[in-house]
Amino acid sequence: MSTVNVTADNDVRPGWASGLRARLQQLLAFASLIVIFAFFSIANSTFATYGNVTSILFSTVVIGTLALGTTFVIITGGIDLSIGTGMTLCAVMAGTFITTWGLPIGLGVLLTILFGGVIGLVNGLNVAVLKIPPFIATLAMMLVAQGLALVISHSAPIYFTEDPGYVKISTGNLLGVDFPNAVLVLIVAAVICIVLLNTTILGRYTFSIGSNEEATALSGINVRRWKIAIYAFAGLFIGLAGVMISARLASAQPATGQGYELQAIAAVVIGGTSLAGGKGSVVGTIIGALIISVLNNGLQIMSIPQEWQNVILGVVILIAVYADMIRKKEA
Amino acid sequence: MGDYLLEVEGVSKGFPGVQALDDMHVNLRYGEVLALVGENGAGKSTLMKLLSGVYQADSGSFRLHGEPLEVSGPKEAQEKGISIIFQEFNLMPDLTVAQNILIGREPRAGGFVLSERALNQRAEELVASLGLPLDVRAKVGHLTVAKQQMVEIAKALSYDARVLIMDEPTAALNDTEVQTLHDLIKRFKRPDTGVIYISHRMDELKAISDRITVIRDGKYVDTLDTETTTMKEVISLMVGRTLVTDAKPENVRTDREVVLSVEGLSTKDLLRDVGFELREGEILGFAGLMGAGRTEVARAVVGADKRSAGTIRLRGREIHIGNPADAARHRIGYLSEDRKNFGLLLEHDVSANIGLSALAERFTRWGFVDVSGVRRAAREMVKVLGIRTPSVTQTVKNLSGGNQQKVVIAKWLVKDCDVLIFDEPTRGIDVGAKEEIYKLLNELAEQGKSIVMISSELPEVLRMSHRIVVMSEGRVSGVLDHDEATQERVMHLATLRPDERVEDAVELGLVPAGVPDEPSDTDPKVGER
Repeated sequence: MSTVNVTADNDVRPGWASGLRARLQQLLAFASLIVIFAFFSIANSTFATYGNVTSILFSTVVIGTLALGTTFVIITGGIDLSIGTGMTLCAVMAGTFITTWGLPIGLGVLLTILFGGVIGLVNGLNVAVLKIPPFIATLAMMLVAQGLALVISHSAPIYFTEDPGYVKISTGNLLGVDFPNAVLVLIVAAVICIVLLNTTILGRYTFSIGSNEEATALSGINVRRWKIAIYAFAGLFIGLAGVMISARLASAQPATGQGYELQAIAAVVIGGTSLAGGKGSVVGTIIGALIISVLNNGLQIMSIPQEWQNVILGVVILIAVYADMIRKKEA
Repeated sequence: MGDYLLEVEGVSKGFPGVQALDDMHVNLRYGEVLALVGENGAGKSTLMKLLSGVYQADSGSFRLHGEPLEVSGPKEAQEKGISIIFQEFNLMPDLTVAQNILIGREPRAGGFVLSERALNQRAEELVASLGLPLDVRAKVGHLTVAKQQMVEIAKALSYDARVLIMDEPTAALNDTEVQTLHDLIKRFKRPDTGVIYISHRMDELKAISDRITVIRDGKYVDTLDTETTTMKEVISLMVGRTLVTDAKPENVRTDREVVLSVEGLSTKDLLRDVGFELREGEILGFAGLMGAGRTEVARAVVGADKRSAGTIRLRGREIHIGNPADAARHRIGYLSEDRKNFGLLLEHDVSANIGLSALAERFTRWGFVDVSGVRRAAREMVKVLGIRTPSVTQTVKNLSGGNQQKVVIAKWLVKDCDVLIFDEPTRGIDVGAKEEIYKLLNELAEQGKSIVMISSELPEVLRMSHRIVVMSEGRVSGVLDHDEATQERVMHLATLRPDERVEDAVELGLVPAGVPDEPSDTDPKVGER
């Protein structure tokens, strides 16, 4: 399954040489993941167990979901800082829909995801129509979402204790074996993204805008409309992440969320997507998110304090981005 | 249907301070290649932007197939059959050739989903029908400039173009590639199509064009049949502008010491074995067409760009310049052509700008900036150079172009530079202020400063330079003394391709007026190949 994805996610049938290079780039990210994984497996015997690997995957879900949508935005040459607190706002909305209003779970989840889409839509309008730089537009949205989450929840957590079915979205075992649903959700979301990015108009114009926005516009493409669509689409993943985190915690915690956006952006960047736009892949992003989870988990198992985990993660980001720059220079 | 495919009638277009086009006429016949020639700034680019709808004309009209033509944007121009290939490519480097050619018109497998197979197939058919050696699945960013050019052409022709306009399409191509391009144009040329071909290269015009329209300073000059025209005539029409004043270079002396000598200067991208000497108190002009590499020489000398080879000597001693700070330490100052981006802190005041380069060595005490010292030096410079500003605390943004340029000059004088490299010192400056800058340059030279002046304005180079280095395609194609320099000679050297030799040019009848028929000792020294 994973090898199929690696090839499918490359730039669509590129020339022989560039195809090889693209494949090599992802192999490199994948190889780093393997090396880090192998290191921890040797360093600690409890690392490479089924239970621990499942928990690594489980802990990848929220960051991974956020990173998926952000990949599209970053490939256009933009950025989205509102995903962390936006996710918290969506979690609060899920609590409002399901616990406070008593809507059915299915409908509540759908509305939450759409609410995320609205956050993305507003970002898109600000960026594409008002021409506010993405960094500023989404920074503002980050603050707005943070504040709204507190206002709507009256600064108190909303619990899903009445709705055990909601929690199952994250922790249930649909497959019957000990494999959490949350991971299934991430896999399905990733596959959808791979297909969209590589085989649809949306994906093509995402790359095109990031590669040369001016030329794309001169080619007669309505860049404004597509940018709005891309931000709105990315917003859906903010909503989905809101569902996944509140289901996992069985509650919406309105005071959290900040910091997730940076972890998600880090996952995208480690995965080889260029902040300058035009280049990137979904598989890379998933590998990037996994690298972050594996590091966090492995360092924790080795009893390395949280403070040092952050230091190491920071260094990993520097190495990953520098390696990417070297690779591009050689190309 | 009239006689003409495309007509430009009395079109004018002005920008603040410049009349880019003034009563312009261009008529393109059915089935011809019309060459459009003119010096830098003659108005060619403006005309193209009007035709593509990027700008709108102030007055005059366009007609296509005899019908009035109005275009609101590039997309509409394409739909009406006018395809324009700009000098700067409009390609997406991260997409493949096929994806670029058919952008916005992707074949779908259904609804939202692309059919990559159909896309590649259509692109392949198109590329094959044009006879282009392109791999449609290769990423455009990995292609050579020549192949990127081909992608642009394939994209332009895929719109079923009737009028194809190309802006210096061969600027970055080698001979074989030029041949491929010309073959392509000849095949495109049918009784119902036409090509406007903008180029500086005289040899090319003979090879590809049917007629030549010469424009100068935004005005129509003449249209000639290529068959019956000599390149001599074209060049003299191109440059046939009378000088505003007949001022001559001042204080020319050849017996002075060499201050800066550059040998074998090359860069990865453009420059090949560039060498020149700059004497004390001399104004050395650098002439050449756009893209000839004049700015690149300056940037390579001051270490702003990486050199792949070459030695630089200052007063006979070899010096190593790795970056512009090294150059400044050796008292070599570079005044960029892009004043606003690279020369000034626009939001800061006059004194901050003047004191910037010499801040660390002259205006610092215990690490603190000596503000009053900077102000004092700035006030002195304002007086000496005649900078018109209410005070030295005025924000530079609010000064006129000429006064901004003087601020940049002041910055390097405060730094006490001996060698000043001016890149387009009078760009965007009005006529009166130009005279002041000229006067200033002459005074500086008289005081013993050595000056390199890069300029695209030929009259300016001729009136100021003690000697002129002419560049073409990254090489020095000749060095002229002030008394042997004429517009025609400079233009001739500037259009000389590296594989041409002056002697061959004489045989071909390409030698412009003013140059003796036979090559003699007074002939310009030709750069080595």
